[in-house]
Amino acid sequence: MGGFVNRYALWKYVVIVIALVLGAIYTLPNFYGESPAVQVSSGRQTVKVDAPLMARVETILSEAKIPHEAVYFDTIGTNSTVRMRFADTDTQLKAKDILQKALNPDAEDPAYVVALNLISNTPRWLVGLRALPMYLGLDLRGGVHFLLQVDMRAAIDKRLDTLTSDIRTLLREKNIRHAGINKTPTSIDIRFRDAEMRTRAQDLLRSQVPELALRETGSGDDLTLVGMLTPAAQRTIQDSALRQNISTLHNRVNELGVAEPVIQQQGADRIVVQLPGVQDVARAKQLLGRTATLEIRLVDQDAMAAGTPGALTVPQRDGQTIKQIPLKREIVVTGNQLNGASATLDQNQRPAVSVRLDEAGGRSMRTASRDNIGRLMAIVLYERGKGEAISVATIQGEFGNQFQITGNFTVQETADLALLIRSGSLAAPMEIIEERTIGPSLGAENIERGFRSTLYGFAAIAAFMIFYYRVFGLISVAALTVNLMLLIALLSLLQATLTLPGIAAIALTLGMAIDANVLINERVREELRNGRTPQQAIYEGYDKAWATIMDSNITTLIAGIALLTFGSGPVRGFAVVHVLGILTSIFSAVYVSRAMVNLYYGTRKKLPSISVGQVWKPGASGAR
Amino acid sequence: MEFFRIRGTIPFMRYSLILNAISAISFLIAVGFLVFRGLNLSIEFTGGTVMEVAYQEPAHLEQIREVIERQTAGEFQVQNFGTSRDVLIRLPLQTGFTSGQQAERVMEALRAQNPNVELRRVEFVGPQVGAELAQDGLLALLMVVIGIMVYLAFRFEWKFAVAAIIANLHDVILVVGMFSIFGWEFSLPVLAAVLAVLGYSVNESVIIFDRVREHFKKMRRASVVEVIDSAITATISRTIITHGCTLAMSLSMLFFGGPALHYFALALTIGILFGIYSSVFVAAAIAMYLGIKREDLVKPVKREDEQQIVP
Repeated sequence: MGGFVNRYALWKYVVIVIALVLGAIYTLPNFYGESPAVQVSSGRQTVKVDAPLMARVETILSEAKIPHEAVYFDTIGTNSTVRMRFADTDTQLKAKDILQKALNPDAEDPAYVVALNLISNTPRWLVGLRALPMYLGLDLRGGVHFLLQVDMRAAIDKRLDTLTSDIRTLLREKNIRHAGINKTPTSIDIRFRDAEMRTRAQDLLRSQVPELALRETGSGDDLTLVGMLTPAAQRTIQDSALRQNISTLHNRVNELGVAEPVIQQQGADRIVVQLPGVQDVARAKQLLGRTATLEIRLVDQDAMAAGTPGALTVPQRDGQTIKQIPLKREIVVTGNQLNGASATLDQNQRPAVSVRLDEAGGRSMRTASRDNIGRLMAIVLYERGKGEAISVATIQGEFGNQFQITGNFTVQETADLALLIRSGSLAAPMEIIEERTIGPSLGAENIERGFRSTLYGFAAIAAFMIFYYRVFGLISVAALTVNLMLLIALLSLLQATLTLPGIAAIALTLGMAIDANVLINERVREELRNGRTPQQAIYEGYDKAWATIMDSNITTLIAGIALLTFGSGPVRGFAVVHVLGILTSIFSAVYVSRAMVNLYYGTRKKLPSISVGQVWKPGASGAR
Repeated sequence: MEFFRIRGTIPFMRYSLILNAISAISFLIAVGFLVFRGLNLSIEFTGGTVMEVAYQEPAHLEQIREVIERQTAGEFQVQNFGTSRDVLIRLPLQTGFTSGQQAERVMEALRAQNPNVELRRVEFVGPQVGAELAQDGLLALLMVVIGIMVYLAFRFEWKFAVAAIIANLHDVILVVGMFSIFGWEFSLPVLAAVLAVLGYSVNESVIIFDRVREHFKKMRRASVVEVIDSAITATISRTIITHGCTLAMSLSMLFFGGPALHYFALALTIGILFGIYSSVFVAAAIAMYLGIKREDLVKPVKREDEQQIVP
């Protein structure tokens, strides 16, 4: 029996060494720290961030004699940024101001977003390997988190409105007589006096308005055609409403100058906005919470002259006075048909606002302007359900998807109006349903506390294990360290968001992972107690503990995966780390520790004893 | 050295009846508190606003309360958080105010009273989000229970699965019951801790059941009670060492993790302590009451072989 040895096949060592090296590489970026930086990114869809801009930034900085350590040009997905690193925050702030002035001569309509940021000091060769520090959640770095609920009913309602006015135009163009079009919250009802007209209308609408599913009701001379949105059309409306809102939010966030904003869809009708580092919550909320939507309608000038209210009346603020503007029922253009608005100058070099519409918007604008030359048109902004005319102007001629609003504007006024119009292009109103703000000092404290509690807990476990199991204890602690390293490497590699509950999960996972080593060590002792030779005890100990370790880890994994699937927010942050930690702990506690044991003891043919602490045998007195 | 110098087998099951009676009573007390008093749910579940503000000198809670009382309808809470300079303010959901407007107004008023106040954190949760979270939490708990039972039934036997789940739900109820009894705040991280405890204490029961199975194979003549006792005796040192280590971590979080991790760590600590107790005295005992037999676990391999020979 003395000839029994514990050896691993070479490939197992190779696998373990590769895992350790990869683990070390991907853990490394977390130790470099960060330095202050300024980030330049595009402020508009049309502005490209490219290599020449990088050269321009460098020239601006050297002309202003601002020392910078490095300038980087990065492209992540479709987002390109130029980032430069500075020695201290004073230089950073100075550089930001100078770049802001140089790159955005027109402060009201910035072409670039210049934001303060932190750059990891990770060397380039590591970044080249996609080795980045862990991605810290807002609770660790400070910032604002919003969850916005998109009002999908309003989006559908608005679409029905537009369709209603489209149908009215279509029927008129084809000379199809109807007895009224009525919009209900879920359908459009068109009444007819005779069946022939209804059939013609039905044929026309079926080919021209495929979004509606048509159904005939009524009898005699009271015939109705009921059009309801098809489920597919409803889905399309919701999807595009969500996308439109996300892109509007992007534009608004750009105005804030945030370095790494996160704007994502969550579920079918929600949008998450995370603004790391933003401290001016009031401003952020004001910008995001502007639940404005926009409509262009014709002014009901008959009602205006008569002093009666139109189909709907909205106020217009003009300095201190408030005028009531009666409007016609039809919507010419809605906010989601708006492509953009900017301050410009007209042919007479007077300040004006240029508005661009999409194709559909352009078409209906062409018809409306052609039929109403010389009449008044109003741009109405809805905020929290209340409409307000932000511009009432005379239609000077027929125009399509691009037109200008002129008047006695100052440059400032045109900029404001352009901003207002742009901000009105939300496809559906949104409401903040969850909000979290974490101050930067609290974030730093959270990291500190999480780190400290993990460290102290780890130290206590390490001290106990080494004291109690001697060499085997040392090996267990080494395996636990490997576990920690692999876990951090995985988190860095996956760029999973690390939150405070995540740090707690790291600590807890380490506390639980030691279980596997305790199981093994206790088993080895037990085998020795039963009179096995040391080599056999190692073999049997690991072998018998294995099934138990698997069972216990799988049950823990089931809990972890359920948390991951159904959890949200902090629970998810916890679960991600917990599940990953269980996986790394099986590897390190069983394979890595065994490799170490094999290397240290396994090859010796004559092994009189192993150091696993004292093995007490009942019957024998005291120490062995 | 070795802590546990155990001669022979400790008759754990001899105490099972009295301890299980105590368990049953405390379980009922916990359930009673949960039913009649409920949990002090955090705003993540109920909806509302939480603000954390910091002063440069110890805060006067009374003055803060007065300021808030002037502009807030309904129940609110003002309490110290971690240190005497940090204050946690919980505001109820108010109709007419969207998102954190409420927090802004309170903050303005507090600043007027003392300009040295710093807003550290605001959390606002709308009512629909809260309801969803509560629902998701219960669903997660249900999935954990089902998943673990299926796995245990497959890996061992249904009696063990039932015993383990009862034992560990007993832990969960006791932990949650403690939160109810002492009025500690039950938040999402606490829920995560409770579910982690569930997974963790099942793991403990699994280790004991593993040994029970092994000893059924080895100790052919022994009675069921003797087998269970010897299995627990063989694993007790591991049980205490492992839990000691995990406990070291959770205590470390409790003492050094700051107020943000306080209740999370507290739930873990209590859960781990109950976990040790329940897997030793509750899980094995229930399996015993359910009448586990050697045949349930040790597959009669030889007989199967014989049957294969017989045509």
